[in-house]
Amino acid sequence: MSGHHDVSYLAPKDGFWQTVWSWAFTVDHKKIGVMYLVAVLSAFLLGGLAAMAVRLELWSPTMTDPKTGLVTGQLLTKDLFFGFLGDNVTPNNIYNRAFSLHGTVMVFLFIIPSIPAALGNIFLPIMLGAKDVAFPKLNLFSWYIYLFGGTFAVSALLMGGVETGWTFYTPYSTTTSWGGVTAMVLGAFILGFSSILTGMNFIATVHKLRVPGMGWFDMPLFVWAIYATAIIQVLATPVLAITLMMLAFERMFHIGIFDPALGGDPVLFQHFFWFYSHPAVYIMILPGFGIASEVISVHCHKKIFGYRAIAFSSIAIAAISFLVWGHHLFTSETPAANAVFSALTFLVAVPTAIKVFNWIATMYKSSISLNTPMLYAMSFLFCFTIGGLTGPPLATLATDIMLHDTYFVVAHFHYVMMGGTVLMFIGGLHHWWPKMFGKMYNEAGAMLGCVLVFIGFNLTFMTQFFLGTQGMPRRYATYIDEFTFLHQLSTVGSLILGIGLFVHLFVFIASLMGDSKAPRNPWGGLTFEWEADSPPVEHNFPHEPVIVHGPYDYHTTTPPHCDPNEYPVPSKDELGDAH
Amino acid sequence: MTTIPDNTPAKLDPHEAYVHGHHWRTADDEASAAKLGMWLFLATEVLMFSGFFCAYAAFRMMYEGNWVAASDHYLDWRIGGFNTIVLLLSSFTVVMAIRCAQQNRQGLLMFNLWITQLCAATFLILKVWLEYLPKLRLGEKPGALFHYVPHGDYIAGAHDHIFLSVYWIATATHGFHVLVGMFVFAWIMLRARKRHFGPNHYTALENVGLYWHLVDVIWIFLFPLLYLA
Repeated sequence: MSGHHDVSYLAPKDGFWQTVWSWAFTVDHKKIGVMYLVAVLSAFLLGGLAAMAVRLELWSPTMTDPKTGLVTGQLLTKDLFFGFLGDNVTPNNIYNRAFSLHGTVMVFLFIIPSIPAALGNIFLPIMLGAKDVAFPKLNLFSWYIYLFGGTFAVSALLMGGVETGWTFYTPYSTTTSWGGVTAMVLGAFILGFSSILTGMNFIATVHKLRVPGMGWFDMPLFVWAIYATAIIQVLATPVLAITLMMLAFERMFHIGIFDPALGGDPVLFQHFFWFYSHPAVYIMILPGFGIASEVISVHCHKKIFGYRAIAFSSIAIAAISFLVWGHHLFTSETPAANAVFSALTFLVAVPTAIKVFNWIATMYKSSISLNTPMLYAMSFLFCFTIGGLTGPPLATLATDIMLHDTYFVVAHFHYVMMGGTVLMFIGGLHHWWPKMFGKMYNEAGAMLGCVLVFIGFNLTFMTQFFLGTQGMPRRYATYIDEFTFLHQLSTVGSLILGIGLFVHLFVFIASLMGDSKAPRNPWGGLTFEWEADSPPVEHNFPHEPVIVHGPYDYHTTTPPHCDPNEYPVPSKDELGDAH
Repeated sequence: MTTIPDNTPAKLDPHEAYVHGHHWRTADDEASAAKLGMWLFLATEVLMFSGFFCAYAAFRMMYEGNWVAASDHYLDWRIGGFNTIVLLLSSFTVVMAIRCAQQNRQGLLMFNLWITQLCAATFLILKVWLEYLPKLRLGEKPGALFHYVPHGDYIAGAHDHIFLSVYWIATATHGFHVLVGMFVFAWIMLRARKRHFGPNHYTALENVGLYWHLVDVIWIFLFPLLYLA
């Protein structure tokens, strides 16, 4: 078919319905990736609105609801917004539903599929020089599973409501709480299959579809990161599936596995849940690491420092991730198990620190282009390092007993997930935006967004470290007056953060509407995607690309489609001790 | 009048005319990727069933004596044992079916697939007829649904319902896999009838075979744990 070699994958078909059809039944990994991108960003918006509701609720410490006599914050009371839920829904129920909506949507619908399923789908095959992923039809099927599971979960959250948080701890989730827990759990169960199948697809793609001559150590580090992520997706998610299935049976038939009243064991649920959900936080963060490696090397125009160390540390993190789930149970398991899990948890710091040092070493004495992706990479280094360094206090048994279930944990988690993954996701979106859509974005507007996000994020969550150490428990709708100032500071921060994210949204929309065409290689990158057209043609390359240099050989290679004067290959002297 | 020689080539079977997907360099690459994908899928199945095995281990440790007595009373090893043999036989016929495809013996290929289907059906019928239905009648149900109707000289233990929960969800999930296997084999048989499988190409048949062996292997672990506890 001739059209594949010269037509952009985004080009519309002859008629409206033909175009719709060409997206709905496409097996093109790029189109599927774009559909995922739209979906995960919508989920991000929904989860973000719920987060704003939580922050607004926490603006003031207490208020007595005149009708029910219950004490709660003022902005989420049912008289204001939620009268339609009926009399037996108290304001506190609504608060619980808001933070549960935030947690479940952000984890299952946004952050887990965000980088792998959207950016990974688009760029993994291109970076390998392949025409598509190994199983294109399975890829489309995964997308529809995601769509179905997502619809299921969101309708459960909005119609029935879930009050358990994203962790669904028993027995609260099985006996006490009401609403849409069963439907939400089934939604997460379905979403898990999408994640598993995507992971399988990526592993097979990396093994079997590398362009001839590309060895494992010629792969871009983003591919390594997605590969390590895929291993965790395939090996951990089935355990979540079976756990959620048993939880649903527990609710429907009271099978007694997790219900202590029937002789079951709620701690067993915690083990099962975290056996998936701890590795899952590495499903969330590893792709962010991958983007950081790409962005830092490309925008510093310098060979990545310690390529193999970064590649192997991704695999090491994937391996260690399966051995540390018990650190979520320091208050519910035996002391002997605690000691073992505490020791193992400290191991995670080693490969993670290796990565951070390598990124900093890459930046050292390089010529940095300070644009939005790079600004995000630097924000990421700052925030993620804080998130990482607040991990050891939680791995230490004595301090964890103090900090368990406080805002310190909330802040730590958000510093690694938001400050790590989400910042790098947005950075990666800017990095690859010209390639994905063939349009440049407004650099000044995007940098303004980045600064707002950075300030807002740190204001929101830095305060929560202090709230946590002072004893503010997580998931409470009310608090004592002494915490008011810090809570209000945090809420102000979240508003700035929200404004920053909307600035990005406007910049992206303006870019799509505008006609500032992107060149093939705007940043001077060396990986295969910068050899392709912007946006790429239907089968990615007119001819199978040939591998002639490593992915980061900036010291020997002029980037493809770039002016050699703009990207001069440095002489030995210029390189100095930076290499 | 001379007859014109028939130069049209003999019609090829689909397995002989098989062309690999456009994004693959060779059919070998495609087949080995499909097999890798299948093995990964089997890994996810093992991990999913590991949830049952962990629950089994945890509750057996908590309620050891009760557990063994319940296994003894509620489950008949003869039914489980016979079903084990049935599944092992079906695994053998699947292997023979693949062998037949490699040797292009189409008739015997179909025969072996029929036997496989027959074994799968036997397994499910025995399971439902001789185990599930009587258990439902006698109130030997999972968890809170458990209401024991005394029969014989067995005195129900305090945690029989937990044993039955593990039994029901583990065997029902396994039975569901057998059922899915029957549907997939039905699809394979439709394709085999159209001669999709031969020495040149039999990836789907081989992969479904792998799945079937795994279903068999999981039963081989469930059988002694539940019936011979």
